[in-house]
Amino acid sequence: MTTVIREYDLLQQINQGKGTDLIKIIKLNIPLKVRPFLEEAGGLAGFTGKFFAEGFRPRYEFQEFIRQCFIIGYKSLPLVGLTGFIMGLVLTMQLRPNLVQYGLESALPGMVGIAIVREIGPVITALIFAGKIGSSIGAELGSMKVTEQIDAMEVSGTNPFKYLVFTRVLATTLMLPILVILSDAISLYGSYIGINIRGATSFGFYWDEVFRNLTFGDVMPAFVKTYFFGFAIGLVGCHKGYHSNKGTEGVGRSANSAVVLSSILVFLIDLISVQITDLMGLN
Amino acid sequence: MAIYPEIKTHRLKEHLSEEVVRIRGLKKSFGSNKVLDGFDLSLYRSENLVVLGKSGSGKSVLIKCIIGLLEADEGEIHVLGHSIPELDHEELDQIRVKLGFLFQSNALYDSMTVRENLEFPLRRHWIVVTQDQVDQMVREALENVGLGHTLDMMPIELSGGMRKRIALARTLILRPEIILYDEPTTGLDPITAGEINELMVSIRERYKTSSLIISHDMKCVRETADRVVILIDGKCYAEDSYDGLSRSKDKKIRDFFE
Repeated sequence: MTTVIREYDLLQQINQGKGTDLIKIIKLNIPLKVRPFLEEAGGLAGFTGKFFAEGFRPRYEFQEFIRQCFIIGYKSLPLVGLTGFIMGLVLTMQLRPNLVQYGLESALPGMVGIAIVREIGPVITALIFAGKIGSSIGAELGSMKVTEQIDAMEVSGTNPFKYLVFTRVLATTLMLPILVILSDAISLYGSYIGINIRGATSFGFYWDEVFRNLTFGDVMPAFVKTYFFGFAIGLVGCHKGYHSNKGTEGVGRSANSAVVLSSILVFLIDLISVQITDLMGLN
Repeated sequence: MAIYPEIKTHRLKEHLSEEVVRIRGLKKSFGSNKVLDGFDLSLYRSENLVVLGKSGSGKSVLIKCIIGLLEADEGEIHVLGHSIPELDHEELDQIRVKLGFLFQSNALYDSMTVRENLEFPLRRHWIVVTQDQVDQMVREALENVGLGHTLDMMPIELSGGMRKRIALARTLILRPEIILYDEPTTGLDPITAGEINELMVSIRERYKTSSLIISHDMKCVRETADRVVILIDGKCYAEDSYDGLSRSKDKKIRDFFE
């Protein structure tokens, strides 16, 4: 009923000649609770558009890009490696008793391999990456924004979007897949140790079993989606930081919302990628 | 329209030939809040012009419009003969090289050392090619502000006054023709504020720069201004020398001096 009345009001306003500022009228007629979501989505879409429109034009900030790759990629290695190792070890130790019960202990390397490579490795690494890198980008750019450092960059004749945003988003997009590969490898090693805590499986046999069970359809979609995870995490972190306001409180809020939103996007991308791989017959 | 209540405007224009910044009818609003409402201003070569106004009167908005950080709603802004609203991004960047901007918050890059902060604008504009030239210019800029020993320090390790000086050195390193100062002495103790005032005067004398200083600090106005413009209700309310304005009997002007 409310919707019908709103639509009627909108038509009335347009008929009365107030339709010149149609966007304003439409905006006023959008329910209050939906507006922040639409504004957020619109803002992020505009930011993505700017990324593609501005980023690939010279001048290229190659040095800053390399520096960001080092900070984002190399410095995330210990955390990603540690969590990956624990993830593989725990997963194996929890799966083992159930498989032993059905006499399927020998299937453990294959099962863990598929689980880690297809889903757990990319998603957990992306979530950890979102927590570490997404928040740090959000906080860094946010504090640069509120202390006028971004303005200072602009008045010194540097395009801050290219220097700060493009380099970071590109670095997260390219570094996350590499981190996921390393995390997967460390996880599988953790799983090997997990198997050998209670049993005795040779190193060669374990890796043979893992690779024998993995197919192209397991590896490629998982690898491709990590590029999208990295892109989303970098973009959201930069968007939140770049548009930070309300002083130091705003910086904290930027960092926090960067993690929350990028984590949600990781799951959404994962959901979409599963649908796509299913349609392509790769599942 | 600007009002000049009973003040015999002491125009220094006769002595100053070239207009480096010319603003006419500048309007800027944020929502329903009219910040600038037909503001006029002229800055001449080698003069120190102070724009005096209360907090929130639109002083910072004014200089952000001049340098293109904010887009004016209406009006003309000419800097060194170029109409700022009509320039594209690349042209604006070329003009910005000739403009220095000292931010109220200093805006030093936290993640960089003092040396890197000063090198940043140099490298962006390829003004110098060799590391020796870069080093020499950085050292010279730091010595100008008396902080040669801070080269490898991080901004966080410096006091407020030192950070202001480093920001000034960064502003000066590209040898700008015009410097825009946004509240240069706000938040500083009187002694440090006095040193910054002295620096602003000496910079003008040494490099013949034109300066537009935004302030509500009367000591800063007295020590640095050749000419003062009072900004009230988004308009140029009065314009004269510091002494001329200090003798005014107009209530709104007297409020600044009492």
